[in-house]
Amino acid sequence: MNYNWNWHIFFEPNPTGAGTYLDMLVSGLLLTIKTALLAWIIALVFGTIIGILRSLPSKTASWVGFAYVEFFRNMPLLVQLFLWFFVLPELLPRAAGLWMKQLPNAPFWTAAIGVGLFMSARVAVQLAAGIASLPRGQKQAATALGLTTGQGYRYVLLPIAFRIILPPLTSEFLNTIKNTSVAITIGLIELTGQARAMQEFSFQVFEAFTAATVMYLAINIVVVTGMRLLERSLAIPGYIAGK
Amino acid sequence: MFDNLDFDVIRRSLPYLFLDGMSFTLMLTGLSALGGLVFGTLIALMRLSSYRLLGRIAGLYVDFMRSLPLVLVIFWFYFLVPYIGQWLTGASRPIRVGAFTSSLVTFIMFEAAYFSEIMRAGIQSISKGQPAAASALGLTYSQSMRYIVLPQAFRNMLPVLLTQTIVLFQDTSLVYVLSIPDFLGAASKVAQRDGRLVEMYLFAAAVYFAISCVASYGVRRLQARIAIVR
Amino acid sequence: MKHRQIIGCLVAGALCTTPAMAQELTGTLKNIKDTGAITLGFRDSSIPFSYLDDNQKPIGYAMDICYKIVDAVKKELKLDKLEVKLNPVTSSTRIPLLANGTIDLECGSTTNNVERQKQIAYTNTHFLTASRYVTKKAAKINSIDELKGKSVVSTAGTTNIKQLTEANAARSLNINIIPAKDHAEAFLMVETDRAVAFVMDDILLASLIAGSKAPADYVISKDAFSKPEPYGIMLRKDDPAFKKVVDAATAALYTGGEGQKIYDKWFTQKIPPKGLNLNVPISAELKNEFAKPSDSPDPDSYK
Repeated sequence: MNYNWNWHIFFEPNPTGAGTYLDMLVSGLLLTIKTALLAWIIALVFGTIIGILRSLPSKTASWVGFAYVEFFRNMPLLVQLFLWFFVLPELLPRAAGLWMKQLPNAPFWTAAIGVGLFMSARVAVQLAAGIASLPRGQKQAATALGLTTGQGYRYVLLPIAFRIILPPLTSEFLNTIKNTSVAITIGLIELTGQARAMQEFSFQVFEAFTAATVMYLAINIVVVTGMRLLERSLAIPGYIAGK
Repeated sequence: MFDNLDFDVIRRSLPYLFLDGMSFTLMLTGLSALGGLVFGTLIALMRLSSYRLLGRIAGLYVDFMRSLPLVLVIFWFYFLVPYIGQWLTGASRPIRVGAFTSSLVTFIMFEAAYFSEIMRAGIQSISKGQPAAASALGLTYSQSMRYIVLPQAFRNMLPVLLTQTIVLFQDTSLVYVLSIPDFLGAASKVAQRDGRLVEMYLFAAAVYFAISCVASYGVRRLQARIAIVR
Repeated sequence: MKHRQIIGCLVAGALCTTPAMAQELTGTLKNIKDTGAITLGFRDSSIPFSYLDDNQKPIGYAMDICYKIVDAVKKELKLDKLEVKLNPVTSSTRIPLLANGTIDLECGSTTNNVERQKQIAYTNTHFLTASRYVTKKAAKINSIDELKGKSVVSTAGTTNIKQLTEANAARSLNINIIPAKDHAEAFLMVETDRAVAFVMDDILLASLIAGSKAPADYVISKDAFSKPEPYGIMLRKDDPAFKKVVDAATAALYTGGEGQKIYDKWFTQKIPPKGLNLNVPISAELKNEFAKPSDSPDPDSYK
């Protein structure tokens, strides 16, 4: 392979004047984590609301939930980001659109919201399935105890449903982290973006991508381990995951 | 708001969008799904094999691929595939690989990790008595897999495999980062040339939405039919 | 007996030399001969160097030069037929794709500098341009320093974004730099007010403005981020045989006056798809360079 490896490149200064190429990648890593966390919060909040809507007996509610999920699931994430970033501001009144476009961190907010909403549809599906998997007696018992529907969800159904779907939620969280890289197309310089920038500045393609790969693997290991600990600490003895 | 939009730009670019762009996207989706399924099944068989080492290698491959973002994998392969080709063929220089072939290799290798997990679940869903009966009948391992286990696993998992293919169809849009003219790439080229982002991206979104919706409706119907037969 | 030996030697020698000469073909030339094809890398929106016309086929000044090179390669290898494959590249992917053999020549608007010459080689310079920025007249930005704290876009993987990054650090301007995939996308960011300025080679900026919906709205800066730097067609490094053929072809083109004709076709006449005329007559520096073709990365050597 006629390629000049140069692993020392990481310790050479980068053209931004702030530190080495490694610093560049680390700042990308931090931005990836920041974007993913905000996106994940959005995904959990909206996913929970829609998941509950889908599990309600009301036809309208479950139809709204269904439509929401179909809307966000049937378009590529890249296209959704383009819609939020390029299309939405043009369709708004001029002043609002201009405000949106000139936000100092427009790619960051667009990425977090875009990825968050995209993932919320997946969270909703998981949660609805989790709620559906609970024995019907749970809901009936909650009603018999005099809990309102809201209280029933808050104190009985959701705590157990979330415990059941913790493993699939872990992989959805990992997907959220990975999906932030799509925002490279709207100018977010997260980890993949920094690796590409490093490639462009230093011409060391494979070193840059290797480093990014290692960082993504590390995030994965941390998240998987963390979620396993969480799963264990939340387990209810004698119940489902509590072995 | 909508008054200065020019939807005629879509009509004018329809042949390019569909004959070039969509055919690239569909070819890439179809061939990657087939290749991913074949490779994925092999990986699943490796994971379930009684040779520990094989199982570990397959497991590592799947975990590795699944921890990386597709965008990064696309960059990796686009730059790396010619060198892999050189290494495989023993040529003196990196071999020349076109944009389509390179994307195809990327998606097959990437999707194989996901398809293998589906096929593994499918194989594990077959009761142990079946391969046992097959071997009692004197069928070899490969015969029992080929005629007994895999056809059933494939059938049981068909809806999931198809759903994954719809995801793959959407994911192919990411070759945009390499300026390869798939459907979205074609739309963005027209959009940028004519300064018509709003029209073209709305149209692209509608097309992806329509195709994915129809396809997933089809999968749901299929699922219902399979469920009844069983 | 002696005679026979001599004849034998000569015959053997003749037999040996012919295959030896064929074997001498190495690198890209060998690859082209073996596969009967050459791959050109083209750009989406480097107007008028390399861009897509109405039928989405790549055309432009650099493409024309590349086709002339292809003719010369075909002649050199004595091929009846040479298939030309086209592969899209971006500023970000062009160097790795050249290095890994996906493309053989990059026909676009790539700045020739010392740093890049460590990775790839260039043939003779086909244009000279300085790095500037475009803003909307309404933004009233008159110097680089006035970009302070604003969002500025440039194309990922270009020398321009690097110069902008360096200037940003050196002058502590605190500019929010947005990388775009290609020039058209970057220009649209200014058109839609997402960024106040787009830093790029002035010739590309001029073409983008000329092709925009309201050319009168934009202004190119007086301030430059760089001296006029040379553009070259890229080829793989350490491939002297191929470089020799390519250099000879471009030198013949430029010194023979045909280079000037191709130049005029793209810079002083109407060009597709919209029939624009860029009206950029050849500069004295480029004219000198055409008389004495050079692949030097040093801007000062073109004065």
